[in-house]
Amino acid sequence: MTSLDIGGPAQPLLTITGLTKHFPLKRDPLGRGGGSVRAVDGVDFEVLKGETLGVVGESGCGKSTTARLLMHLIEPTQGEVVFDGCTVRGRDLPLKEFRRQVQMVFQDSYASLNPRLTIEDSVAFGPQVHGLARGAAVARARDLLARVGLEPARFAERYPHELSGGQRQRVNIARALALQPRMVILDEAVSALDKSVEAQVINLLLDLKAEFGLTYLFISHDLNVVRHVSDRVMVMYLGQVAELGPSDALFDTPAHPYTQALLSSMPSMDPDHRTEKAALAGDPPNPINPPAGCRFHPRCAHAAPLCSQTEPARIANGSARSVSCLIHQPGSGHPLAQPKEAVA
Amino acid sequence: MSSVITSSTVSAPVPMQRSRGYWASVWQRFTHDPVAMGAALVVLVLIAFALFGHSIAPADPYQSSMLKRLKPIGTPGFPLGADELGRDMLSRLIVGARLSLFIGITPVLCAFVLGTLIGLVAGYAGGLVNTVIMRVIDVFYAFPSVLLAIALSGTLGAGVVNSLISLTIVFIPQIARVAESVTTQVRNRDYVEAARASGANAFTIVRVHVLGNVLGPIFVYATSLIAVSMILASGLSFLGLGVKPPEPEWGLMLNTLRTAIYVQPWVAALPGAMIFITAISFNLLSDGLRSAMDNKS
Repeated sequence: MTSLDIGGPAQPLLTITGLTKHFPLKRDPLGRGGGSVRAVDGVDFEVLKGETLGVVGESGCGKSTTARLLMHLIEPTQGEVVFDGCTVRGRDLPLKEFRRQVQMVFQDSYASLNPRLTIEDSVAFGPQVHGLARGAAVARARDLLARVGLEPARFAERYPHELSGGQRQRVNIARALALQPRMVILDEAVSALDKSVEAQVINLLLDLKAEFGLTYLFISHDLNVVRHVSDRVMVMYLGQVAELGPSDALFDTPAHPYTQALLSSMPSMDPDHRTEKAALAGDPPNPINPPAGCRFHPRCAHAAPLCSQTEPARIANGSARSVSCLIHQPGSGHPLAQPKEAVA
Repeated sequence: MSSVITSSTVSAPVPMQRSRGYWASVWQRFTHDPVAMGAALVVLVLIAFALFGHSIAPADPYQSSMLKRLKPIGTPGFPLGADELGRDMLSRLIVGARLSLFIGITPVLCAFVLGTLIGLVAGYAGGLVNTVIMRVIDVFYAFPSVLLAIALSGTLGAGVVNSLISLTIVFIPQIARVAESVTTQVRNRDYVEAARASGANAFTIVRVHVLGNVLGPIFVYATSLIAVSMILASGLSFLGLGVKPPEPEWGLMLNTLRTAIYVQPWVAALPGAMIFITAISFNLLSDGLRSAMDNKS
């Protein structure tokens, strides 16, 4: 596994630049309509080796679309995915090999397992695709099932509908690991589970990460879970990255007004800090026709006239903490922005 | 049933028994459906007629006799009467099962294979390929099946083989449409996405993950077409485009007996009754199959 590490530990495992996905809308017979849903609109970020990058945001902000774009399950409109220094689909990294190194666990544990295959066959499918003989693939599948806590003698020949949600998600994790990947994308992988089962699966994921030296991209709308598992957190809003930074720093001192609003919507255990009013009113704007300037300005508490005209700079790859907001852009002209000097 | 319940409650929380496969559970539900089992029995009898008709039939179905024309039901030696040439109706109905079932089932079988193939390609490929294939299919689908079958048979010429070909062409678009819509549904399931994410090529994904999940619904739909096919095939024979006399085939018998409808209405109605019984049995059978395969738990 370590032999696959090309660029050394300092090189980001995954570098995303300008990732964009516009879903075109159908025109009606008169040629009206058209346009497109800008699900992901210019996203840049890096995933460092061995880290867990959490991705949070409201429904429809482009979290899952980003995951599917990363896996090349849908074609990006624009943008580049570089994995450990190699462009995916380039000469050094064909798509099939990339998919062996990056795997994904989906939210719906039932829909992501073929109902006609035993779980052992489901897990063994990937290795067979990559040339492992059936016997060896099944042996690996049984090992992994044991590793994720499903005794092979009891479970290997069962069908998905005979398992509980937590058990099925363990199968999905085993299937993702069957290809011995370096990175796993967890797309709301624990969101549909009961709280107690969720905790077990999260602990399993953390154990597996340590054991196999994995890197996680952890997508969730559950802020507490994201804070618990992530080293760094990325906040998405309407197809763009609002803020990115180390988990603790971001949760303790959120910089972007959207992050602040999002975090204040977290239920508090302390009665003195009860959430009095909704931090964010209304739904996110329509991604077909996003607001001009900063996309958050119609709902932002600190919006200035400038915000509807000027688009804030996108977050910068390579920096530890980055905010896409005019307030934090020195000299932007926003009343709350500092005039010249850099913001800490 | 009670034994099943106790065995699973005793071995709680996790029963150790080896799980039944999907098809085993379908079979189990199917055998507990009395209507479907009744229909299956009728179909089995018909198939026995088709295979061993000549040994089962009490008389020679081709032996005509001018003296015994159009005898009523219950005539000694002719339990179901005699037709317009004095041939034993019972024997002709039994022997006729072979040709009637053959021209009823064969086109559906051929169309099942070809239609599934077309539907799978269109459904899995999606996009432009899907649009092109399905619009061509729609052109065929736009014709009423009877009209299309008659037109094709008329063009190809009379004969059993030609009527089989024309019926196959009639059914391909119908099966392809069902196959396409089921495949499109399955294609978007997460497990197909997961299979793509594991780097498998389209052929492997279709073979391992799609085929097993689409064949069931398509098969059920195809069984319901057997009844339609039999009626259409009988219709072609009735019009003189299918089976040629003196072969016993229900549709053709209905045709040749129709002039006797005022003389011996009950005898004349018998081939129609056979077609009706066969069609309804296949329909009930396919209904039973569908509900047996429907159960998710």
